[in-house]
Parts: sequence; structure tokens; C-alpha cells
Amino acid sequence: MHATDWLAYAYLAVGVLVMFGPVVWLVASSFKTAAGLLEFPPTFLPYAQQTVEVDGFDQLLPLFDVTLEDGNVRRLAQIRRVGIQAQMVDPAAPDQRITVGIDQREQVRELRLAWENYTVPLRRFNFLSYLRNSVVVTITATIITLLVNSMAAFALSKYRFRGRNLVFLLIIGTLMIPISVILVPVYLVITQVGWVNNLWGVIIPGAATPTGVFLLRQYMLTIPDQLLDAGRIDGASEWRLYWQIVLPLSAPAMAVLAIFSVMWRWNDFLWPLIVLTRSELFTLQVGLNAFQGELNVQWHYVLAMTVLTLLPITVVFAFLQRFITTGIASSGVKQ
Amino acid sequence: MKRSPRPAAKDLPGRLAFGGFAAVMSLLGLAIEPLQRLFGVRRMAWVFLAPNLAIFGIFILFPMAMNFYYAFTGGTALYPQDRPFVGTQNFERIFACSNYLDPSTCREDLFWRAVFNSGTFVLLHVAGLVGFALVTALVLNAKIRARGFFRSVYFYPVLLSPVVVALLWKWILQRDGLLNAIRVALDLERVLFLLNADWAMFWVIFVTIWANMGFHTLILLAGLQSIPAELYEAAQIDGTGPLRSFRHITLPLLMPNVMVVLVLAMIRAVQQFDLVYVLTGGGPGSATLLMVQYIYEVGFASQIQRFGLAASASVTLGVVLLIITLIQLRVGRGSESHLA
Repeated sequence: MHATDWLAYAYLAVGVLVMFGPVVWLVASSFKTAAGLLEFPPTFLPYAQQTVEVDGFDQLLPLFDVTLEDGNVRRLAQIRRVGIQAQMVDPAAPDQRITVGIDQREQVRELRLAWENYTVPLRRFNFLSYLRNSVVVTITATIITLLVNSMAAFALSKYRFRGRNLVFLLIIGTLMIPISVILVPVYLVITQVGWVNNLWGVIIPGAATPTGVFLLRQYMLTIPDQLLDAGRIDGASEWRLYWQIVLPLSAPAMAVLAIFSVMWRWNDFLWPLIVLTRSELFTLQVGLNAFQGELNVQWHYVLAMTVLTLLPITVVFAFLQRFITTGIASSGVKQ
Repeated sequence: MKRSPRPAAKDLPGRLAFGGFAAVMSLLGLAIEPLQRLFGVRRMAWVFLAPNLAIFGIFILFPMAMNFYYAFTGGTALYPQDRPFVGTQNFERIFACSNYLDPSTCREDLFWRAVFNSGTFVLLHVAGLVGFALVTALVLNAKIRARGFFRSVYFYPVLLSPVVVALLWKWILQRDGLLNAIRVALDLERVLFLLNADWAMFWVIFVTIWANMGFHTLILLAGLQSIPAELYEAAQIDGTGPLRSFRHITLPLLMPNVMVVLVLAMIRAVQQFDLVYVLTGGGPGSATLLMVQYIYEVGFASQIQRFGLAASASVTLGVVLLIITLIQLRVGRGSESHLA
């Protein structure tokens, strides 16, 4: 191999480390206990101290390897620690209590995945609602977007009418407008319609995507008009032409738009942040941000919920990556 | 109709899905098809356009016009009829500075701080983004194995939500986080990255490049792959070195894609909010406060919601964005005519 090939592979290797590494680190960290996260320097794999059940005690006792005065090392369970002394007991002989200095102890650790980091927020901190809201918004919005955008693209690609170019230019022109320009008045409109703190206020406003109309129109232009004319001669209505001929033939572009829409909606943050103020309506993104903004950040929960939030998109990506990467390369536009 | 798509017989879920789809479409057709008798075939285009135009009109066009009006109103009410018309007062307030280069001399000092921060951010972010995307696209375009895999690797962060990316890096940049662990292992001092103004800006730029690079890499890669190989072969036969063929073949032919990337990246950089808001919250202080966060805070997150001021700030931002984009496109067209 050439020297340049070595350089290329080295660059790519660094790329894999920098691109994947942080996410891998995130997942590994999310399985550590709160105590494990406080350790410095951090370990890669989630280790937690082993605990053992001892007769006569209600709670599980942490296990230590203790170096005694005679030099022997015994594995003892700790009952309590007071200052620089610790009261230990042999799990096999629970009647006898042994007092040692805290310097003589060393934690016995095992590999343990702290699944409770995932279950507690879902049950106790509303994250199940957040998840449900995100799923509802994403699926509903994607269906509406696909329907509404494809209808508009159909009109703009297969019909000739006065004002067609103006409408198309208008739609495309807004691609450049920063959303911040319409934040305040859209909020006003939402308030008027009564959609504040209503998931519809998050779903509907973003459904008429210029990118979607552009993408689908470009694709539909390649569908031969003769197909439609033949259908008309056969007596089919325009609506049937739309959903029985044009839609199935546009499936690849619809798939790309569907993937985009799922991504945009799942990841949407600013707009739901403004529209939703009641926490039971929060989507995952807004809920996650609210959760980490609290004074005492509970990182073990935050990390676990962050992993949960990126899981669906990762799964979709794993299965559809070729679709996504080639779809974007050919369309070259993103909202 | 003789033509209709037929699903495979053994694909039951597929058939159910298709059946459901057909049922819904037929149901909608009950409402839409009669309109055809009313409007005729030609005018059906408007029926198809109607839902999109309705949403577009109500939630994008009308608000855009409204925003313009809001910029000229004052008071604290939300509804336009309750807001007094104040003319250019909001704009005067924004531009009330004794020294435009020093935000602390301005009436709306946070606005100007946001302007400078956004300016710095956009310049460095776009430069870094395009640079790295170009290098990566060039590497990926070479004859390497598993190109699809590497392409996906660089693209993965693009899919992650800004909130996830921000939290992930916030975790790594903690006082006892991964990066400081590496520093300590190398016998260096810890750095409180997000509590230091310069470091915070650095990381804001780094993380936003990290999260977006893959997308632009794909665009440039597609451009590179559409350059005919014969051009390079001919150049090689002529004895042209790789650097010269890059300057005279690759760069000119890639220019349109580079322009697309530049414009897209710049537009998105000016509108950057989600990631930075979660990563630094605009801090420390207002060191990483960007324009959209300023507008959000003024209009929504402060004690007193100053809608008029937020609207005028956003109008200013929109105008600046328009001017920059036009300049970019003009310059781009100039470099393209070089080819002809």
C-alpha cells in the first residue's frame, strides 16, 4: 500500500474514534451507579461494589477485602462506618463483629449494569410520558407531512396552472427564513387556536415542509405524464391517479422524506420548548433538558435517559443507513 | 383501472398495511373526488395544494408578516390589537450604542454581545466545518475498502438530536469527565472547560462541527464522485502532479458543491440554538450567547416578555442573513464564471 493509503486509513481510524467514541462512552457511563460515576479516574466498564446478604441484617452489606494486623486478607462485609473506623462482620460467622480502620479496607468490585438508571426515571420521573409524547408527535406529524407534502408536490409537478411558479417560489423561498423570525407570531397563532400545551400545536405548524415539497416534486417530475393521461382515459379520478399511480411510484422519495421527518420531529427542541409548558406534555428532548437543568444534576439518570433518547434513531440508522446516506447525497438539502 | 400495485401474497403485514392505506385513501376520496366535478381536472391542482398552502399560510406566511408588524409595536401584551404602535422605537433601542464595537456601551448590550458571539461562531464554525468535510470527502473518495461503513461513521452524529449531543459532550467536559481524566493521566492540570469563556466558545464550535460534519461530507463526496475519472487519467498522462490536478480539476469542478455547503452551513450556523443552549446555556455569563437564544430569552424566557424587541431583533437578523447569503451567492457565481 502507498504511504497515502496508510495516512487515509489512519485518518479514518481517528475519525471512528472521535465520532463513535463519545457515544460508546455515554452508553458505558449510563450503566454505572451514581457512586461509580463519582470515581476519578473513571473506569471504562461499569464496576460496582459487590454486596452480600448476611444473616441477621435486613439490608445488603457491601463487601471489602480487609488487611488485618497479622497480614492476612479476609473478605468481610461492612455493617457501618463511623469516622475512621469501620465495623465489619464475616458473612460466614455473623455473630462476631470486627472493627478495622478504614485504610485497611479495599472494595470488592464486580461488573454490574445499573439497570435501575433506566427504570427509575421511566417510572418515577415522568420519562414514560415524555417517551409516549415523542412517539405520538413523531408518527402523527410524519404521516401528515407525507400526505400534505405529496399532495402539494403532485399539484406542482403534474399540473399547469396560473400562479404555479409563484407558489413554488414562495414555498422554497421560506427555506432561508430563520425560524426565529416567526417564533413570536406563530406562538400568537397557536394561542388563538387554543393549541398551547396541546400536542397538535407541536405537530401541525411544521407539517408543510418546503424541503419535503421540493424533494417530492423533483422526483414526481420524472414520472411520465402518459401514465396519468392513460388513467384519465380509463376514467380514473384525479384523486385515484394521485394515490394509485403517483404515490406508489414515488415510494423512494417518500421513504427519504419519511426518514427526514422522523428525524426532525424526534429531535425537535425549540418549538416544543415554547409551546409546551406542562411537564406531562413534554417530549423527550424537552423533558431531558428540564431534567438536567435542575440544581443537583443526577447524572446517572440523565445519561441513561440520553441513551434512551438516541436509541430509536440509532436503530433506524442501523437498518436504513444506506438509504439515508444516498438519499441525502442526491437531494442535497436539509431543513 | 387496469393498473394497480399488487403486494406479495405471503406478505401479510404488508398486505394489511396496504389495505389500511387503501382504505384511508378511499375514505379521503369520498370528500375529495366530488370536488372534481365542481372544479374540473385543471383546478384540482388547487385542491391538492390546499392543505399544504393552508398550513403554510397560517403558520409561516402570516406569522412572517405579523412579525414585521410586531417589530414596530411596544408594550407587553401578546395580542397585536393590545399593543401600541411605537414606530421604530425598538430598532432605535437595539442600535443605541455609543461605541458599536463595545457591547457594554449599548442599551441592549446582550444583543450586541450575541452579535459578536454569533459572528465569531459562524466564521470559525463554517471554516472548520467546510475544511474537515472537504478533507474527509477527499479521503473517502480515495480507493479504500469499507467506504460505506466509514461514510456511516461520519454521518452518525448528524442523526443525534442536539439535546443528546449537548448532554453527551457536557458529560465528557465535566470537571471529572473523560477529557480531564486524560489530562490528569498526562500530568496536566484539570480545566473547567465550560466555565472558561474561551474554552466554552471553542467547545461550542468543536461540538457543532462534530455534530454536522458528516452531512456536508456526504454532499462533497457526491460531488467528488461525479467528476469523471478520465480527467484525472488524462492529467496523469500529461505528467501533472496530484497537487496541481487538485487545484485545476478537483477544486473548480467541486466549486458548486462547496458553495452549497457554504451557504447551508452558514444559514444553519446563524440559526444555531438547541445544541448551544443545552451545552452552555449561553454561558459562562453571556460568552456563548448566540442570536436565536437572545431572541428566545427576550421574547419568552424573561420575567417581562418583550415581544416587540424580540421581533425587531429577529427582523434585523433576517435582513443580515439575507444580505450575507446574497453576497455568498454573488461571489459563488463569480468563481463559477471563472471556469467558463
